[in-house]
Amino acid sequence: MSKTLRNIFLGLVLFLLSGPLVVVSGVSLNAKKRLFFPPEGLSLRWYVELLTENSWLIPVKNSLTIAFTSSLLALSIALPLAYFLWRYRVFYARALFTLGISPFILPPVITALGFLSFWVTVGLYGMMIATIISHAIFFVTLPLVTISLGFESIDHEIVEAAETMGANSRTVFGTVIFPMVRPYMISGYAFAFVLSLNEYIVAYMVAGFTVETLPIKIFNSLRYGYTPVMASVTVVFVLLAALIFGLIGRFGDLPKLLGALNPEDQ
Amino acid sequence: MIGEKPKGIRAHLTLVYPALMLGIFFIVPFGLMAAVSFFHRQPGGFYIPGFELANYKNLYTVLFGRTLLFSLFVAGLSAAICVSIGFPFTFFITRMKRRAQVVWLVLLMSVLSLSEVIVGFAWSLLLSRTAGLSNLFVWFGLMERSVAWYPGFVALLFGICYLAFPYTVLVLYPPLSRLDPALPEAAQTLGASPMRTFFTVVVGSLRNAIVAAFVMVFVFTLGAYLLPQILGRPRHWTLSVLITDAAIYQTNMPLAAAMAIFFMFVSLVLVALTMIIGKGKKIKTV
Repeated sequence: MSKTLRNIFLGLVLFLLSGPLVVVSGVSLNAKKRLFFPPEGLSLRWYVELLTENSWLIPVKNSLTIAFTSSLLALSIALPLAYFLWRYRVFYARALFTLGISPFILPPVITALGFLSFWVTVGLYGMMIATIISHAIFFVTLPLVTISLGFESIDHEIVEAAETMGANSRTVFGTVIFPMVRPYMISGYAFAFVLSLNEYIVAYMVAGFTVETLPIKIFNSLRYGYTPVMASVTVVFVLLAALIFGLIGRFGDLPKLLGALNPEDQ
Repeated sequence: MIGEKPKGIRAHLTLVYPALMLGIFFIVPFGLMAAVSFFHRQPGGFYIPGFELANYKNLYTVLFGRTLLFSLFVAGLSAAICVSIGFPFTFFITRMKRRAQVVWLVLLMSVLSLSEVIVGFAWSLLLSRTAGLSNLFVWFGLMERSVAWYPGFVALLFGICYLAFPYTVLVLYPPLSRLDPALPEAAQTLGASPMRTFFTVVVGSLRNAIVAAFVMVFVFTLGAYLLPQILGRPRHWTLSVLITDAAIYQTNMPLAAAMAIFFMFVSLVLVALTMIIGKGKKIKTV
């Protein structure tokens, strides 16, 4: 395709992708409690309110706690499973892998409803622990896929060399395998963390009325009165995601993580 | 050590914890939901265990049928839009230098991670009267006065496509970046125009990947829950909204569970059908 046409096309996509973000950033700077774009007057008061008003601070804390712990839990489930599957290619490990991927493939409302009936039955409905475990299961796909990619990238000869030199499987894991898989663990954790921060329907179904997370808070404010704080919190979220993925892109191999075979060739 | 069969209980210890976690917190909830869909609903209360098909019979309503069809229609349409824009877009990205690729990928990942509520809010602003695009058009003299372009079907479509586009690109990225660059080059050496090369060689050799991407995006957009409520009118509400409404606001868990199970089967059948059609095409061309 001709270069100009290509550039026009890419520019259009860039415009559509960034358009909403630009408008939201503009709105977050309004001086008065109105949602104008371009903003009328400039101020950072809505960012200050986000960090000082309890009605926003509590959801921020809830969301961060849930994202931090649930992605850790997801990682702890994904690592042994991915390791086992890589080491022993047996059908039940594969079946378990498929199971780990399915919450991500089904429409989320189905998984969310399953969680709801489970937590009501167990009696933990409305507790933060329910949200944490549900998110861990819901997002286990991400570390599972990235860590599996990491295991696949390990050269078998290195492992064999270590074994020939007399290392037992514990030493091999600690000194050879783990360091090679670590960057994939970090990015898997980051993916799960960012998506958990932004997740709505599972958090809502499982404990929406008692444990208010940021997305729930934003949706509630959408229904019961707009405020520019919604825009400022969005900006913070986008920047946070861009920062995390930017770091992965800077220090890790983002194209390879996302499935490109030989990024160095290009 | 790699690829051998696990021997004894010790080797399996690694698997115990993930198996337990997924079993208790995914299979059990799922089974429970399936069971609840056959339970008897207590008006006003919750439900009592039993086995009846009443909840499934209650699905047979105009509202449910229309909502299901609408959900499938919106998902299909937005998946088609996303794949037809996303495919050439991903192709261009994979031909860029590594550094440029990373910049685009970071942008896409950032948009991908945005909550539905944030996407809905952003688009409602963009299409609103006070802060929207129409202000820009007024400013350029293209329009008399600014108007609100939401709620409505087009607004909903924009929102869903925005939500699904980064996902589409990520699904298409692996097969496209693995496409042998020699293929399009060979076609051009033999005299095909770049346009023709793209449509015959690139699209042709990746037909399966395109079908797979369409299916994944279709299922992904089927899950849209907040966008229909923010950007659409009540008649644009999807099945996800209906299910949540039944579960939370009408406290009719059996009905919600029956809807969810039915919804799952419909999406699985559609996915299977699309896969089969995609495979059939491949056999013909080979």
